[in-house]
Amino acid sequence: MARISGVDLPRDKKVEIGLTYIFGIGRVLARRILANTGVNPEQRIRDLSDADVNKLRQEIEKQYRVEGALRTEVAMNVKRLMDIGSYRGTRHRRGLPVRGQRTHTNARTKKGPRRAIAGKKKVTK
Amino acid sequence: MARSIKKGPFIQEALLKRVHQMNAKNEKKVVKTWSRASTVIPEFVGHTFAVHNGNKFIPVYVTENMVGHKLGEFAPTRLFRGHSGNNKTDKKAAPAAAPAKGGK
Repeated sequence: MARISGVDLPRDKKVEIGLTYIFGIGRVLARRILANTGVNPEQRIRDLSDADVNKLRQEIEKQYRVEGALRTEVAMNVKRLMDIGSYRGTRHRRGLPVRGQRTHTNARTKKGPRRAIAGKKKVTK
Repeated sequence: MARSIKKGPFIQEALLKRVHQMNAKNEKKVVKTWSRASTVIPEFVGHTFAVHNGNKFIPVYVTENMVGHKLGEFAPTRLFRGHSGNNKTDKKAAPAAAPAKGGK
């Protein structure tokens, strides 16, 4: 069982993919880590030797900010925007898109499921 | 697209001059400005700017955290008072005056 930075890696996936289950590691970083440590990216996680797992763990822990630490950093960045009273901060606070997207329609990812509006007539055909 | 590093941050010349003058004399006066596009640089910290929002001047007290942002980011140009029939939101609350309401 390979456990890196508090995340269990899926046993049946290739290392290259498995590493991306860690928050903060995508395909690019996964490949870079594997190249730096010299671990074969094609290997399945269950076939990794303990030495390899340790090498990966060390590489990730000393080079990159992942999981909790990364989440805190992102949250702090957002909090900073809110504290200084900037436009981007108020958008975060209201749960609306931050980067100038339209909100007339769409923006459902940020706004969440549609809320019914009282008194609005339904279009019937 | 971000501005090229070569050019450095954009600050309106007149505004920069005013701030330098004030820093030299060590005084703090509210500077009225229309230049919403000017970047906040470390020299601005501690000053108060009255940034135009198209209607009136919004006082903006510059803190260290604001460095790198534009002045206009702190003077909202739109006033959203909620939708009709929506009694939940206080209709008097302008977005600028409502920095409370944490969470979502």
